Amino acid sequence: MASNNDPFEFREFEDEGNLLDTNRDATTINIEDVKRQTKAAGFDPDADDEYPARSDDREELLSGQKKSAPFWTFEYYQKFFDIETHHVKERILGSLLPWPRKNFIQFYLRKNPDVYGPFWICTTLVFAVFISGNISNFMNGKYNPQFRKVTIAATMIFSYAWFVPLALWGFLLWRNNKILNLVSYSFMEIVCVYGYSLSVYIPAVVLCIVPLEWLKWVTMVVAFGLSGSVLVMTFWPALKEDHPRVAMATVSAIVLLDVLLAVVCKMYFFSTPQPSGAPVAPPTAGQLKANTSSS
Amino acid sequence: MAAEEEASRPFAGLSDVSISEDIPVEGDISVPVGPSRTDEEFSTLDEPVKETILRDLRAVGNKFIHVLYPRRSSALLRDWDLWGPLLLCVTLALLLQDGTADSDLEGGPQFAEVFVVVWFGSIIITLNSKLLGGTLSFFQSLCVLGYCILPLTVAMVVCRVVLLAAPGTVSFVVRLVVVTASFGWSTFASTAFLSDSQPANRRALVVYPVFLFYFVIGWMVLTYFPVKNRQP
Repeated sequence: MASNNDPFEFREFEDEGNLLDTNRDATTINIEDVKRQTKAAGFDPDADDEYPARSDDREELLSGQKKSAPFWTFEYYQKFFDIETHHVKERILGSLLPWPRKNFIQFYLRKNPDVYGPFWICTTLVFAVFISGNISNFMNGKYNPQFRKVTIAATMIFSYAWFVPLALWGFLLWRNNKILNLVSYSFMEIVCVYGYSLSVYIPAVVLCIVPLEWLKWVTMVVAFGLSGSVLVMTFWPALKEDHPRVAMATVSAIVLLDVLLAVVCKMYFFSTPQPSGAPVAPPTAGQLKANTSSS
Repeated sequence: MAAEEEASRPFAGLSDVSISEDIPVEGDISVPVGPSRTDEEFSTLDEPVKETILRDLRAVGNKFIHVLYPRRSSALLRDWDLWGPLLLCVTLALLLQDGTADSDLEGGPQFAEVFVVVWFGSIIITLNSKLLGGTLSFFQSLCVLGYCILPLTVAMVVCRVVLLAAPGTVSFVVRLVVVTASFGWSTFASTAFLSDSQPANRRALVVYPVFLFYFVIGWMVLTYFPVKNRQP
């Protein structure tokens, strides 16, 4: 026992048993006892795969990386840019070549959704659509750089990439209140999936410069197929627990909006010229249905 | 008496440096600026206007030279200013006018559209690089991005001259070469300044938006076509 006055000298502490002797009122807790008690109560902290949502929560709490800053600070938004170059490359490749086993959100995002990908893919798509439309109009003989089309393209693509995820997220949240669902996606993850699924349209739109009508339709159909399959494979696990009619309706709504985007882009930006030189008006609803039912 | 006081002070060895309380200190507090300038004080309020304007113009011109010959220097970063980008943006927007005020659908970018693309684009790229963890300040990035439009503005002037001289396929090829070269120059100059402030694993993520920005501006320059030359 130290008896000198120096407060900085190290003192050995006695074993817990001795401490208990000196102070009967103190309580000591053993970590093994705690584990045994919680296992008995039914909450096993070590069983991971039974409830993936719970293990994800635990990972989040233990990793300590997701510090919640208030939304009016800069740091709050910085956590959505916490990615590196190879992450972005992997995510783009994953959306270009969808694989049935690899759910985009669970496999590629891994609880780290980013805003960089969706934002810059949308911006690139806006300018790619505008420039390719210009070039294809030029090759058809009529040169008219309608810069106003950039605004229209931007509105279309950004509202598809941000408002549709908002609606879908709200819908999934509402359904989660009605049925117990273990797979839940946050808003940012849904935005991420939609943003990265648009990346397949960029090469498709560049290919539409070639002035062959059948090639344009084939490219758009292939692009729609790839992006649609990414979306469906991602959202099916969240919907399959639901009432079958609701699930089918949601899936077909997702697919339909994707088709709408592809067809509207094609019609508005890559319209075929008529002999008089004026751009052709969009086809009637009947023709539109015939085209989409063949895809 | 004085010796005992000195021994009890903590810094006893420095007694010869301390000022004794007996001798009063006196003097003037005014800081000497040099020769007495009662008539001409060193303030920019009294200098001739030409001096003021030329000083800023010289600073802008100095930065132009740093953009044209990008070397490792901190002139653009340390003494940032936004006069140069404003001058370049207005010049580019004026040169991109082609006089079609009649119909809304025809024609190239309006003045406001060029302005919005340049400034809004620069702000978004700056925000992007700051969110990815860049070390440049907001206005330094804006300054660099704005000044590096200079090669594309020069290309615009060249394109207009070429179009006046010889419209046709030859002029298109010449314009394509000029615009491509100046686009490459702009991107190279701005990444020389911007990429040092990023960690290595995110450099491509910061450079790509800059590439897209100058590509769009280059596209606007390349597709400029005056109305009277356009096909009906």
